[in-house]
Amino acid sequence: MGEIKFMKGNEALAESAIRSGLQGYFGYPITPQSEVIEYLSMEEPKHHYVVLQAESEVASVNMVYGAAAAGARAMTTTSSPGFSLMQEGISYIACAELPCVFANIVRGGPGLGTIQPSQGDYFQAVKGGGHGDYHLIVLAPNSVQEMVDHCSLAFDLADKYRIPAMLLSDGAIGQMMEKVVLPDPVPYKPDKPWATTGKTPDRPRNIITSLYIQSEDMEQKNKRLQEKYKLIKENEVRFEEYKIDDAEIILTSFGLSSRICKKVVDLGREKGIKLGLLRPITLWPFPSCKIAELAAQNRVKFFLSMEMNAGQMVEDVQLSVNGKKPVYFFGRAGGIIPTPDEVLHHIEGYLK
Amino acid sequence: MKEGYELVYKRPKTLLDRRMHYCPGCFHSTIHKLFMEVVDEMNIQDKIVGVCPVGCSVFAYDYMDVDMQEAAHGRAAALATAIKRMLPDRYVFSYQGDGDLAAIGTAETIHACNRGENITIIFINNGIYGMTGGQMAPTTLEGQKTTTSPYGRDVAKVGMPLKMAEMVSQLQRVAYVERVSCNNPVNTRKAKRALKRALEIQGKNMGTSFIEVASNCPSGWKCTPVESLNWLNDKVYPYFPLGVFKEPPKE
Repeated sequence: MGEIKFMKGNEALAESAIRSGLQGYFGYPITPQSEVIEYLSMEEPKHHYVVLQAESEVASVNMVYGAAAAGARAMTTTSSPGFSLMQEGISYIACAELPCVFANIVRGGPGLGTIQPSQGDYFQAVKGGGHGDYHLIVLAPNSVQEMVDHCSLAFDLADKYRIPAMLLSDGAIGQMMEKVVLPDPVPYKPDKPWATTGKTPDRPRNIITSLYIQSEDMEQKNKRLQEKYKLIKENEVRFEEYKIDDAEIILTSFGLSSRICKKVVDLGREKGIKLGLLRPITLWPFPSCKIAELAAQNRVKFFLSMEMNAGQMVEDVQLSVNGKKPVYFFGRAGGIIPTPDEVLHHIEGYLK
Repeated sequence: MKEGYELVYKRPKTLLDRRMHYCPGCFHSTIHKLFMEVVDEMNIQDKIVGVCPVGCSVFAYDYMDVDMQEAAHGRAAALATAIKRMLPDRYVFSYQGDGDLAAIGTAETIHACNRGENITIIFINNGIYGMTGGQMAPTTLEGQKTTTSPYGRDVAKVGMPLKMAEMVSQLQRVAYVERVSCNNPVNTRKAKRALKRALEIQGKNMGTSFIEVASNCPSGWKCTPVESLNWLNDKVYPYFPLGVFKEPPKE
């Protein structure tokens, strides 16, 4: 029942992918996530998957398209500049409704930026970095264990809804080592009658495309996608609450910064400030209903979103709160990890 | 079939009976037919997966009765790479134009060929962007007029037309490269032979097979189909010579 190991986040992600029945991994080296392809390359002879170093992220995302459309469990991982390069392919994958998994081990940007951890790619992941109306399921792990858990969850959700799913992680979680419990490998049996595997006499040919040249057809496609997104919003919202039952000030934070916020909550409560944390685990679908519910409660004075960026998820918190309570923001950008003390000091500023 | 009559010619089984969107005189429809004849003859409809490009042949999947994927512009070789890696016992082909394969998709093309992917790349080189209305392609000839080279291709400004067959034949793991055409019955038969040979080589896992078709575009070239054949003879073949550029080693 599981194997306990001490592992680096990126390697744990790779190991989880193998145990989830990975069949094709296509990637391109970029700091701080190159350990994923390195680990998979080292382990390849022991397993039945294919790992291929592509000539670019543009190629690797399109290889994921090809593999997923051929019915395989396919994946790529990258870091911020590489994820920008993949956006074209992701838009096509979203329209073609191909189940596959991405992980963005985010580093500070914009531009070439820094290789230090950041949460600056929230908008890109959640709002759709490519063209057109689409969403990915976005999971935000905050530990090495969740790199493992969310990877297998992402594969399952992707297959369940025929949608690309992604992990929005960061350079710190990718690089740090923690204890993990690895699940037993799952035998993966694909049931994908839509896949392009060669037209047999018993079915019409399968076509995987994102092209619907007639406006009426394209609108129908969009409607089908939106119906699917609605279903996912109803069924797949995930979040974690920490000391929220009596909290007067609600912190919202995801991924690495949510761990800092837990410490902030504890430090604040030592000083008699009733802090609580709501941590979205799925960034899309976003736990808007839960936040709206908290905003409607009289004891809650205000919200504060703490992020390692210049203020991105805070916009979704504001939309969810919908003017019922003030929503503040604290963040550090460019690869700086904030300390619990500076976050608490900032919160205390609103209490004066 | 009437008694006493013999059927000598018919539509291949895997070519769907549909009105094509291709312009009159264009080689796309001919190549579609030839390739589907090959699929029929090899009896591999259930073992072949194709990739369409962005360009005039973006709708190739409307005509070929085989499983197909539609790629983003230029990325067909990346898709084909992954399909073949996931399904190594299937035949995989990409069908691409010159803008797709030799401009925006140059990196994917060169690297798929360099890896020696066991795929067949069918490259329709008509020297122009047909679908978007006749703009200059990487293979537009020197001096050739297009909507974006209205005074003729100025090679001092934009370089020489890319010779893809010659380029990829330099790569060690590419098994077979031939440039063919369809301007007359002899060349059309040679084109079909090359397409079949390409799939047979793929079936033996010998490496990439790359068939370039020196093609035409009466609409984009703003001429009649007959005039387009003359242009091929007078201008295209001298720069893009037909023939085999690379053979697999003798078995």
